[in-house]
Amino acid sequence: MNRREWLAGSAAALAAVTPLRRALAEGAAVHPALALGTKEEAVFDALPGKQKLIKLSYRPPNYESPLSAFRTPITANDQFFVRYHLSQIPTMADLADWKLTVDGDAAGKPLSLTLDDLKKLPQSEVTAVCQCSGNRRGMASPHVAGVQWGPGAMGCASWTGPKLADVLALAGVKANAIEVAFRGADNALIEATPAFAKSIPVSRALDPNTIVATGMNGVPLPIWNGYPARIVVPGWTATYWMKHIARISVSSQKLDNFWMKTAYRVPTGLFPGSDFPSQDNATNRPITDIVLNSLATSHADGDTVRGAGFTLSGFAWDNGTGIARMEFSINDGATWGVAMMGISDGPFAFQTWSTQLAASPGPLTVLIRAVSKSGAVQPDKASSNPAGYHHNAVQRLSLVAV
Amino acid sequence: MRSMIVIAGIVALALPALADEQPVVLKEAPGLVQITVNCSGCHSLDYVRMNAPFLTADAWKAEVGKMRAAYGAAIDDEDSAKIIAYLAANYGPAS
Repeated sequence: MNRREWLAGSAAALAAVTPLRRALAEGAAVHPALALGTKEEAVFDALPGKQKLIKLSYRPPNYESPLSAFRTPITANDQFFVRYHLSQIPTMADLADWKLTVDGDAAGKPLSLTLDDLKKLPQSEVTAVCQCSGNRRGMASPHVAGVQWGPGAMGCASWTGPKLADVLALAGVKANAIEVAFRGADNALIEATPAFAKSIPVSRALDPNTIVATGMNGVPLPIWNGYPARIVVPGWTATYWMKHIARISVSSQKLDNFWMKTAYRVPTGLFPGSDFPSQDNATNRPITDIVLNSLATSHADGDTVRGAGFTLSGFAWDNGTGIARMEFSINDGATWGVAMMGISDGPFAFQTWSTQLAASPGPLTVLIRAVSKSGAVQPDKASSNPAGYHHNAVQRLSLVAV
Repeated sequence: MRSMIVIAGIVALALPALADEQPVVLKEAPGLVQITVNCSGCHSLDYVRMNAPFLTADAWKAEVGKMRAAYGAAIDDEDSAKIIAYLAANYGPAS
C-alpha cells in the first residue's frame, strides 16, 4: 500500500463520521473554551480495561476523564485519566519480572525490591487528588501549545502502599542527600529523547504522606495508571507521581535533565507552592503544589435546569491546606452566596459541596469559586504562564433556566 | 518512492503501540510527506490537529524546534522548513 492508498483508506474510514460529530453524538462534554481543533480531536475512546474517556492523543495515550467520572468524590479506576509523555509504554508482560531498584550516591546500600517486598512493608493509605500540571491547559487564553486538556486531567483515589520513607530507610539515606529521583519504565522511540525522570526534595520524599502506591481504590493499580507501583506525592501535581516506578535514586546532586530544568516550570513568584531549593532560580522554578481549584460536576455548559429550583454540586481541592468555603454568584460577581460543604476523605481529597439555586427563565451564568483556609480565593482569570499550568480561574458555568 | 517506503515502515512500526489507534488524517498539501516521515514515529498526528488553529507560524516553528532540540528528533533543516510551512498554512490561524 502506498501513502495515497493508506491515506485514502483512512479517510474513507473516517469520512462518514467526523470526530466532532462522533464526540457530540456520544455526549462528550467538550468545553466551550477549547480550540476548534481540540474539539475536533476530543473523541470518546476506550483503552483496554478503561471505560470510554475523552481521547486527546492516541500515542502516547493522553485521555481525560469525562464529567460523568466526577459524580462521586472517588474516581473509578476505569474512568481515571491517562497521561504519558513518551510512546513506548510497558505491557503487563514487560512488567512480569518487575523489580524496583533503590540506589544513588546518597543511598547507604543499593538494593532491589519485588512487589511482594513492597507489600510486606507496613502499609499506608491516603486519599489524594492526582492532577496533571497541565489540567485545563486547553482553556488557557491565549491558547498555548501542549496537550489541550479540558477539566478532566485529574481524579481522586485511595492510594495504598508503603511510605517512601520506609522504602528509603531500607537503603539508608545519607546526610548529604538533597533529592530523590524517580525513573519509570516508559521510554521514547528514539534514544535521543530524554528519558522521563523526575525528582523531589529529600524532605518531601521523607514526608509520611508520600508513598509508593501499589493499590488504587482497593485493587492493584491499573496498567494505565502505573502498575505495579507508582509514586504518590499528595498535594503536588502529578508530574512527580512516577508510574511503573523502576528506579528510586537518592542523590547529593540535583537531577539535571530536560524534565526538571526546562519542562514543568513556572515563573518564580507567580504561584504559591513549596520551595524546591535545589531546583529553584530567580526566573522560574519547578511546579510543585496543586493550586486552589473547584469544579461543578453536576452540570456541563449548555445544560438546561429548572428555574424554579435546581441543585448545583461539585468538588473543591488544593494542596492539602483545606477548603474554607465555596462561593457562587448568579449576578456576575455582584453578590456571592455560600454553598453547603459535604464530605471529604482527608485534606488531599476532593471536598464535595452543593447548593440550591433558582433563576428566572433564560440564559444563566453561575460563577463558582473556592476559598482556602489560608484565605486564598480562586482568581477571576488564570495566571498566564508559558506552559499553561495551574489553570484555576473562577468557573463560569453557562446554563439555561426553563 | 523512497519516502513512501519509509512511511510504510514507520506506520508498521508505530501502529502496534496501541491496538486501537485510529489513523489521523491531516490535510493533503505539500509537506505532509515530511510530517509523516519525521513526526508520526514518535507520536500520533492528532497532536497537530489538537493544537490548531491557534499556533502562528512562529509558534509552530518553536514547536518543531523543541522536537529537534529537546526531544532529539532527527529532522534536517530542509524537512524542518517544509514541516513548519505546512503547519502554518494548514493548521495555523489563517487555515
